[in-house]
Amino acid sequence: MSAVGATRRCARAIALPEPRGAWSERLFAALLEEPHAQLDLAGLPAVDDALGDDDLQLALYVAYELHYAAVEHVDERWEWSPELLRFRAELERRFDEALAALVGPAVREADTLDVGGALQRLVACDDGPPLSRYLETQGTLEQMLEHVIHRSAYQLKEADPHSWAVPRLAGEIKAALLEIQFDEYGGGRAERMHSTLFANTMRALGLDCAYGSYVGVLPGITLATVNLISRFGLHRHRRGALVGHLAVFEMTSCVPNRRYGNALRRLGFGPRATGFYDEHVEADAVHESVAAWDLADGLARAEPDLAADILFGAHALLALEARWAQHLLSCWRAGESSLRARVPMPLT
Amino acid sequence: MSAPAENDRVTITPYRDGPYLVRGAFALVDQHGNEITLSRRTVALCRCGRSRIRPFCDGTHRAVGFRAEGGSEGDLELLRRAEEPLGE
Repeated sequence: MSAVGATRRCARAIALPEPRGAWSERLFAALLEEPHAQLDLAGLPAVDDALGDDDLQLALYVAYELHYAAVEHVDERWEWSPELLRFRAELERRFDEALAALVGPAVREADTLDVGGALQRLVACDDGPPLSRYLETQGTLEQMLEHVIHRSAYQLKEADPHSWAVPRLAGEIKAALLEIQFDEYGGGRAERMHSTLFANTMRALGLDCAYGSYVGVLPGITLATVNLISRFGLHRHRRGALVGHLAVFEMTSCVPNRRYGNALRRLGFGPRATGFYDEHVEADAVHESVAAWDLADGLARAEPDLAADILFGAHALLALEARWAQHLLSCWRAGESSLRARVPMPLT
Repeated sequence: MSAPAENDRVTITPYRDGPYLVRGAFALVDQHGNEITLSRRTVALCRCGRSRIRPFCDGTHRAVGFRAEGGSEGDLELLRRAEEPLGE
């Protein structure tokens, strides 16, 4: 399908995935009923590792997805069902506990007085697993394709999870977020939207670029990286964390995206495949300054009470991304797929 | 887009340890008079000199530890007075 055809296919819909355990079984069974159906919390199992739990993260992903897309055979009114929200709050409670444990005492009071500077220092010191470097220099085609499949859960709706903050900010802070988002959305041109560019990359690589195609093979830790943004974005009281997340997201983008572009060039692909990554090198060089200073530092000055949460969001992103990257690298070094099931490699 | 207005004034802002961000109704023109295509409304121009996509920033300033203020550096008035001969 041409790029133009893809942008015209505007309605988003995902199939309800296969449940992976008690939490998703309970949720998905209810979602197939009328929206007033009861969603019982009794007897649901404790979860040891919420961040990596395939069942919990899938349940949470689908619960959030009701805000973004149609879910096949699920009545749209489930989106704001009190039963659904009560169930989701239980998932979120476990998610929050795990995130708090992951971030630990990393947010220091001194940093809350200089959020812009703190974010620069945080990013400068970040030494997460060398995922982009690995892919650039020695990643196989299959590994690069898996990387794209993992990222599709976010990139096919790129910027939407951060857009939740738009109605919750005001004045120059709001303008700063919109300056970034306007660019993310191609300046209002569908063919230039970053989500469209990612779909183009997927198509060039022979992957299925339809929204939600690969949710079924994504492990919990991948879904957690997307759920993190929805968790912050959909709750006004976490707008600080969302802003901190976006700042570090942009600040850690340019170099890895150049490497992913290089990886695809090394594997023999041209601009149709690398266009998404090339665009991000230039776009995020703009966005990182706006996000770190105008948005994050600006929000901390306008609402000092949010400074700690801004930094929490920043730390949470780096820590969760590091864990996700480690999962990919560990699987690949063991000669295994990093997905829940190997995806047949396309003929390109 | 709407017609140019007062708020289309061009601003160039140096960001701390980072690029110049250019906003407003500007054109980027090479020294032969050819317009350089802009892909976005707000543009980041390389300030550290090490970008691989100059004139645009590509984030390399972070890798090379570029340090610069997000505004004016130094006091030009003091520098001017320091250069005046003594006794005048």
